[in-house]
Amino acid sequence: MYTQSFITADPIKPTASAQVSPIEPADLMAAFDRVIDADGRIEPQDWMPQAYRKTLVRQISQHAHSEIVGMLPEGNWISRAPSLKRKAILLAKVQDEAGHGLYLYSAAETLGVSRDSMLDALHTGRAKYSSIFNYPTLTWADVGVIGWLVDGAAIMNQIPLCRCSYGPYARAMIRVCKEESFHQRQGYEALLVMMQQGTEAQKAMVQDAVNRWWWKCLAMFGPPDEDSPNSAQGMRWGIKRISNDALRQKFVDATIPQAEILGVTVPDPDLKWNDERGHYDFGAIDWDEFWATVNGNGPCNKERLATRVKAWDEGQWVREAAVAHAQKSKKQERAA
Amino acid sequence: MTASNDKKATDAQGAPLAEWPLWEIFVRSKQGLEHKHCGSLHASDAQHALQMARDVYTRRQEGVSIWVIPSNAITASSPDDKGAFFDPANDKIYRHPTFYTIPDEVGHM
Amino acid sequence: MSAHDYWLHLADNALVLGQRNAEWCGHGPILEEDIAMTNNSLDLIGQARMLYQGAAEAIGGGATEDSLAYFRDSQAFKNLTLVELPHHGPLVGYATDNRDYAVTIVRNFLYSALMALVWERLANVANQGLAAIAAKSLKETRYHLRHSHDWLVRFGDGTIESAQRAQAALDYLVPFTQEFWLLTPYEAAAIAAGDAVDVRLLKDDWTQLVSQAVDTAKLQMPAATGYVTQGKFGTHSEHLSYLLAEMQSLARAHPEGVW
Repeated sequence: MYTQSFITADPIKPTASAQVSPIEPADLMAAFDRVIDADGRIEPQDWMPQAYRKTLVRQISQHAHSEIVGMLPEGNWISRAPSLKRKAILLAKVQDEAGHGLYLYSAAETLGVSRDSMLDALHTGRAKYSSIFNYPTLTWADVGVIGWLVDGAAIMNQIPLCRCSYGPYARAMIRVCKEESFHQRQGYEALLVMMQQGTEAQKAMVQDAVNRWWWKCLAMFGPPDEDSPNSAQGMRWGIKRISNDALRQKFVDATIPQAEILGVTVPDPDLKWNDERGHYDFGAIDWDEFWATVNGNGPCNKERLATRVKAWDEGQWVREAAVAHAQKSKKQERAA
Repeated sequence: MTASNDKKATDAQGAPLAEWPLWEIFVRSKQGLEHKHCGSLHASDAQHALQMARDVYTRRQEGVSIWVIPSNAITASSPDDKGAFFDPANDKIYRHPTFYTIPDEVGHM
Repeated sequence: MSAHDYWLHLADNALVLGQRNAEWCGHGPILEEDIAMTNNSLDLIGQARMLYQGAAEAIGGGATEDSLAYFRDSQAFKNLTLVELPHHGPLVGYATDNRDYAVTIVRNFLYSALMALVWERLANVANQGLAAIAAKSLKETRYHLRHSHDWLVRFGDGTIESAQRAQAALDYLVPFTQEFWLLTPYEAAAIAAGDAVDVRLLKDDWTQLVSQAVDTAKLQMPAATGYVTQGKFGTHSEHLSYLLAEMQSLARAHPEGVW
């Protein structure tokens, strides 16, 4: 899910040299295509066209960045969680996200790119992360809504990625998916308790959070199919398996009944069940707002990135101490 | 906001202090028969890697056995059916035996 | 003073330190360490929950783990002052500074070294509930001790900067350990009942453990002198009320809330 909005035009124009696709050897290309067409796996040692490798490095690393940056909006409420049980659940969830980032960085590293260089790309603004994390978590209910809607949307996209053509990415996604459904259930359960047993103020908090997050979550699936030019190649390579619009529709259809059980409404006057189509009709997404945020002008973009850069920069002495110590220990071992 | 490349510290000889090396992690669960590959992580040395693996890949379950090995110490075979598709010069588990940073000219990630 | 104050002392230690260590979640020096420190925090919150639940049961009258954690004021908290300190050097309550991982690690080390000794003995007390909590907590605490010990050594015998930071953290924090060896009335009562450890008897073992580690880390053990803090008596530093204000604010804003 976090990857949908990446299959878009770069805001920064790529350099001329990057636009020219290298000519790949025909026999290797044919063998590669055969594996892809047979729904097989490409592994790190296999030959692959440069465009495939480059696309994967970008997609996997940006997926990893999304997990790490995604720790911040939810992490915002750990210190103020209103019960010890909820504090522990939220801490464990945010920790899982760190773990997912780790699996994904590991998968990307099999392609020969270092963790440090991927982080550098993030910190200098060359690499993206899912734009949903550029919005603020203003109340405790936002945490539950993120679990229900944001993780719910993520699951929808991640399950097909478990079958993607690049082996390490597919295997990382299998591990991620196992843990993710747990997160969605916890978010939903937290909201359910507030709606069914909570005070009027708590119910209002939940409805307010849904009102602020609903449209942002729909936009998470990325621009309409006709505005997503790179999707075709992604689909062929098994990196992207289902269209943006199809996933978005699937999400709405699955989520509205859940909203009804919760007793919340979604802020869409055009939402209506369409018997003929067998799906929900829903209103228009504000793509201008989406693009403004993706391109750096959302409510939290600067703060999210600055926070990650600060953590990295201030952690430098710690990382260096560990390396220095390891080197000293090695010297001592040799001397002994 | 500083780019993290700006102020790399150096060791006593003035050489830049490196990124933590990459380790592959293998875990045998309490009831398991063999060690399974879980993934990788960065740590400054083997003991550190063992501790990290416990936190990251086993979430501190009891009775598990962990092996860590530097990623570049693993030599891998080629699957028989790949034939010429497999690059015989590349018997490491990663695409390149050493890691490198992507120069800006290569394009944007 | 009541019989469960000793349980509250242990629970408050765990909760307050768990709250502090959780502050690193999303901000750690490297991803792997972020995960490790969060595990530490989860362990501590888990210990706090078990202890609060036990205390609540004994207190009765509708007390719950959450009523104890969220609706007591700072002067009712019985944690050691050491665990409520922010992750930076000596500043007054409303001054802020960047978190320093050396302070975090040294504090965790000093505390875990104590608790490894405490839990070991509490695992043998008559009160089955406390003994069981102690047995579980001991395993976790030994892991925390090893983690913080190893980082202390990496810092002390690492770079010039890391050694300076670790030494500064030791110089700042060791005086707070004087409080460990004070005997409160509730500890005295619990000891008399056979359901607590006399922490004063652990001082030599603790001192030896810590001095050895500091030596391995090629650092200097500072003198444990100066003002003796009184946190376990309920008289805290300026920092605790800020920590609790943040931690308790949402729960207190919805006193009838169900979460």
